[in-house]
Amino acid sequence: MSDMYLADITGKLQSESTRKGFGRGLLEAGKRDVNVVAACADLTESTQMSLFKAEFPERFIEIGVAEQNLATVGAGMAAMGKIPFVSSYAAFSPGRNWEQIRTTACLNERPVKIVGSHAGLSVGPDGATHQMLEDIALMRVLPNMIVIAPCDSVEAEKATLALAADKVHPGYLRLAREDTPIITTSKTPFEIGKAYVLEQGIDVTIIATGTMTYQALVAAEKLYKDGIEAEIVHVPTIKPLDAETILKSVRKTGCVVTVEEGQINGGLGGAIAELLAENLPSPMRRIGMKDHFGESGEPSELREHFGLDTKHIRLAAHEVTDKKDKRG
Amino acid sequence: MNYQYHNTVVTLVVSGIITSRMTKKLPIAQLEVIANDIREDIIHMLEHAGSGHSAGPLGLADIFTALYFDVMKHDPQNPDWDERDILLLSNGHCVPVRYATMAHAGFFPKKELLTLRKLGSRLQGHPERTRLPGLETTSGPLGSGLSQGAGVALALRMDKQLTRRVYVIMGDGELDEGNIWEAAMLAGKEKLNNITGIIDRNNIQIDGPTELIMPLEDLKGKWEAFGWHVLEINGNDIEAVIDACEMAKAIHEKPVMIIAHTIPGKGVDFMENDFHWHGAPPNHEQAVKALHELRTLGGKIRSEHE
Repeated sequence: MSDMYLADITGKLQSESTRKGFGRGLLEAGKRDVNVVAACADLTESTQMSLFKAEFPERFIEIGVAEQNLATVGAGMAAMGKIPFVSSYAAFSPGRNWEQIRTTACLNERPVKIVGSHAGLSVGPDGATHQMLEDIALMRVLPNMIVIAPCDSVEAEKATLALAADKVHPGYLRLAREDTPIITTSKTPFEIGKAYVLEQGIDVTIIATGTMTYQALVAAEKLYKDGIEAEIVHVPTIKPLDAETILKSVRKTGCVVTVEEGQINGGLGGAIAELLAENLPSPMRRIGMKDHFGESGEPSELREHFGLDTKHIRLAAHEVTDKKDKRG
Repeated sequence: MNYQYHNTVVTLVVSGIITSRMTKKLPIAQLEVIANDIREDIIHMLEHAGSGHSAGPLGLADIFTALYFDVMKHDPQNPDWDERDILLLSNGHCVPVRYATMAHAGFFPKKELLTLRKLGSRLQGHPERTRLPGLETTSGPLGSGLSQGAGVALALRMDKQLTRRVYVIMGDGELDEGNIWEAAMLAGKEKLNNITGIIDRNNIQIDGPTELIMPLEDLKGKWEAFGWHVLEINGNDIEAVIDACEMAKAIHEKPVMIIAHTIPGKGVDFMENDFHWHGAPPNHEQAVKALHELRTLGGKIRSEHE
């Protein structure tokens, strides 16, 4: 779609990690609003909060390796009108401090912004302990919580600014460690709660979130050569879910594949399955981690090993279109 | 130590140092009457609710009276007043004492106290900030109040609001939570001298005496090791609570932790010091007995101070 202002994904794409985009976004948010503050649990460079810290040292708090404290200090600062961004690895925050986030941010209605870096398989060689795959599920079940998984560093920057501008809701921003292709541009629209049709098609809807959206776009190119026109719906905001855009697409295509770098149980796949089961039951396959943990390896190797690569997306698209045709 | 009353000016004589407060502060004897009334309300509320915690709220009545009727800057007509002190109740299960004290202070009508724990009530079983103005935070799951207090203190310091303080009340059993000690380290590191913590040291928790369940002693030494200035007081002595909170304002280099030794169930002899009353409400017969005792005690307080 021309009005999405995407980069040409068939050409040579630049690569950058989503955490880099967050770092720039937070610095800009800090310049725009004096009430934006930051706290980190001993991973300031890794989570790219270092840019903010260097510019606004008096608005940055080093918490040390204490994620429960990280979330609750954030809630305290938010009580006094601050917009706190609190960062760590996703495995630890929101992995370790879920109850504190639930009670002191969500139930308490304080706009604490949880930034979980190194999510998904992208932390690679560090292995299963550090590969956070359950974070979307953990955050998605919390009332009041916004859940965002940006597709590239440019969108991560926009998502950070959007979260900073929301003075009411707590939010979760899911970031990755590895460099991934930049597929959007500064002109590409981003709004919390909106899903975007990146490529139009009529045969199958592929719904993707986070950096896996790039994999979905690549799979769509291959599917086109197979004679299948896939519609690619990018869902950066997993909660609140843009039901309207998703249902509209699935009504048109009649079948769906979801794609994410996390547990499909309770993740994007779970969210879409819930939506469609109640509104529009359709042939469906979910690409993602299927109720098991990861292991050490390079991110690309792991994606292939666990069935999260373009090959598996393509196979899943064929399966659901076949199933739809048999039903039809 | 004694108090002399000259119209509305209270002169405090402490160890030969004389200070004056131009205030409308109430005499201690009157505060004791208020604390007793709050205890009666707690019994009424818990009996009516049919569930809830008895021991902690009764033990904390003197501390809450001191905070709301003397120590803290607040405005019941304007709970969000931007110059108020912030009080965080970390051990949310003790909220009946806060509700009763707030009603006495004029935050809401006293008759609403009997809605405690009922469907649709602003007085939830554990406090929810968004339901009742003045609660400051939502709590119940233990261990997160001191961290929020540190966050409040940091924000106040960033905004150069140097005359406001944050008070955090914690239970002693609650100190088993690791989150508390994460906050203790941070406040010590940041030298958050605008925090006054108060530990309700009543020595009981649900499963039994704290020193059997998970020993806390040397409690004073622990907090000092984390960089805090520690005061130990009789938490059922309103005057001692007021004096300690005043003293805390004069400590500049560290956050202050007041270890307030209290008697759980204070004022009702069959509840005092019995851990079984930690999480139980009185039935009707027990409530009648408790109220009779509190009313008798009310008479005693008046006779002592008149």
